[in-house]
Amino acid sequence: MKKRKWTGPLLVNGSLLLLVIVWSIPTAGLLISSFRTRFDIQTSGWWNVFPHKEWETVKTVDVKELGLNPDEVMEVEGAKGTFKELRAGVEAPDGKTRVTWVGNKRLGRIEVQKKKWAVTWDFSLDNYKQVLLGSEVEVTKPDGTVEVTPGQDMSQAFLNSLAVSIPSTVIPILIAAFAAYAFAWMDFPGRRLMFILVIGLLVVPLQIALVPILRDYKALNLNGTFLAIWLAHTGFGLALATYLLFNYISTLPRETLESAFIDGASHFTVFTRLILPLSVPALASFAIFQFLWVWNDYLVALTFLGTDPTFKVVTQRLADMTGTFGNDWHLLTAGAFVTMILPLIVFFSLQRYFVRGLLAGSVKG
Amino acid sequence: MAHLRAAEEREASAAVKFLAWLGRVLIAVVIPLIAFAVIYYGFIFLRDSNAPKWVTAAVAIVWGVGGIAILFWVFNGIVERLPDEWTERLQPFVFVGPAMAILAWYLVLPSLRTFYLSLFGRDGPPRDIGFFQTFSSDAFVGFQNYVAVFSERLLTEALRNNLMWIVFGSTLSVAFGLLVAVLADRSKFERVAKSLIFLPMAISFVGASVIWNFMYELRPVDQPQIGLLNALLVNLGGKPVLWDKWVAISPWNNLFLILIVIWLQAGFAMVLFSAALKGIPEEILEAARVDGATEIQVFFRIMIPYIMGTIITVWTTVVIFTLKIFDIVWVMTGGQYGTHVIATQFYRQSFTARNSGYGAAIAIVLLVTVIPVMIYNLRQFRQQEAF
Repeated sequence: MKKRKWTGPLLVNGSLLLLVIVWSIPTAGLLISSFRTRFDIQTSGWWNVFPHKEWETVKTVDVKELGLNPDEVMEVEGAKGTFKELRAGVEAPDGKTRVTWVGNKRLGRIEVQKKKWAVTWDFSLDNYKQVLLGSEVEVTKPDGTVEVTPGQDMSQAFLNSLAVSIPSTVIPILIAAFAAYAFAWMDFPGRRLMFILVIGLLVVPLQIALVPILRDYKALNLNGTFLAIWLAHTGFGLALATYLLFNYISTLPRETLESAFIDGASHFTVFTRLILPLSVPALASFAIFQFLWVWNDYLVALTFLGTDPTFKVVTQRLADMTGTFGNDWHLLTAGAFVTMILPLIVFFSLQRYFVRGLLAGSVKG
Repeated sequence: MAHLRAAEEREASAAVKFLAWLGRVLIAVVIPLIAFAVIYYGFIFLRDSNAPKWVTAAVAIVWGVGGIAILFWVFNGIVERLPDEWTERLQPFVFVGPAMAILAWYLVLPSLRTFYLSLFGRDGPPRDIGFFQTFSSDAFVGFQNYVAVFSERLLTEALRNNLMWIVFGSTLSVAFGLLVAVLADRSKFERVAKSLIFLPMAISFVGASVIWNFMYELRPVDQPQIGLLNALLVNLGGKPVLWDKWVAISPWNNLFLILIVIWLQAGFAMVLFSAALKGIPEEILEAARVDGATEIQVFFRIMIPYIMGTIITVWTTVVIFTLKIFDIVWVMTGGQYGTHVIATQFYRQSFTARNSGYGAAIAIVLLVTVIPVMIYNLRQFRQQEAF
């Protein structure tokens, strides 16, 4: 790379920075808001946590002292206006001073405000307590009234999400790994046909299955149980799992396996002792994939877990909250982060495997 | 004599073949069935017990996962104790059978059953008569549900919206993904930038809906705007607007929903493009530059053609994704304000309006639209000689 103009890197890094900022703002706004008090969220934008200019009262004067006549146009500190205008607040032409008449015509006072740098930093964990513990929270508003707001018991939904996601991740991997091994290393009639079926099913939309499976579940009295949703996620994730694991397992060196067979090992032993440990990267890739998919799923949970609140998962709970508490942003922001925290941890700690899985799944050859 | 014995052998081998097939089918079906039964009864027991919630959950996890592992082990043990030739015949089906049975139960059969349902009225086929008689019952409506899908206003609106989702959603996701990938490739801050753009991939559609609802929040004009976009508008001297719920600009309000999926998917596209770009041999790029090609020419004449395969793959993946889009619309607008899409209409018809025939027809339409991709995938597979 010979000499390049310095504008190149600047342009590249500048546009990249801009894109990254634009992409991060929505999430950042939500995260910041979740730590702000209910009152702050309702009355000012979350960006007020950053330094900004705000009107601040620097002095208060009695109107009598100034000798103002409220029935005509008055001038205070350079700001001109009638009583009505002053009541709403008038800015001086220089834009640096604002004058507001507080109170009635006779007993009022004048507040003189100047623009000053300010930050609104009143952070608390109350929103999270409210969302997780379901405790009622008393909020004292600035005007002295106390308001009690009900909480949301999202900790139960969090446990439910775990109980749904872990088996829904492990079961399809287990079943798919056996199948992938058979496709890669065993010879049996119908092998090619079955694999073509797997590939064909990769893109089938799961909507196609919801109504028939729901009918089966009703007949088996399975509706609203975890088993129902595990099996559903297994069924919907199995094709991709088999395909991804086959791609990996079939590339393992043949010699390793052959020497094991010569030593008299059975397929089962080779699979559990040799293939599974060697396939950990592929297994991890798919596990992250499936875990994020199941944890973030809404449609399958909505269909098969039903309306019983004791079984609802976090996405259902959050979607319910947007319906019933659409304006309670202190609950929604914290609630949204409760649903996001685990995927984000998994994502950041295992990003490498996740990316590898994406690459193996989508880009071939 | 000799050929008699040969015939006998053939007969014997036919019997063996038959037995082998019977065994294979049995294994493929019996393992999942037993697994299901064992886990099922465990669950009924758990459900009826009064253990604390988290204990039940923990036991359920161990029960479900452990149960399946043990079943594989037990069945394999049984098959391995058979004579060697039988082990060889049956063992592959211990391995591959459960997967095939589950795929059949959850995807193959439902496709047929949904198609069958789609030929009937809102209550489905009558249950008390035989399969063939249902076709002559009053409930059988033929392809009327499909006619309705393509003629009713709500459905044509959904189809139009889905088209918008596909055109704008996939194109812009791919474009932004490519832009970031190219920029990041030349930057020192590649890792951090890519992580942050990729991050929305970890967020659920429901979570993303909350995030963007907050961005689009509208307050009465006399109050401070707490949604970022309206605050910006007001600051620039404009009036706050409803964004995704803005009926006056319909159908363009859909774009504000599509924006969410672009925000979510661009990271996915970026990761794949980034890897593809790194696969371009440095010599080709250098040679072009030495010959005096500008960076723009290098991008359009070398990089784009080189990664065309990846662009197509990413594009199809995102198209399939946007085709099935449900959560975002359902949570943000519930399909109101002219934002219904195929998947939300499917849900509404199947579960809210309880019109099973109509819902099934919509699902089949959804399936038919992905068939070209399915064929493409199968073609790709055929071209590989490895299998």
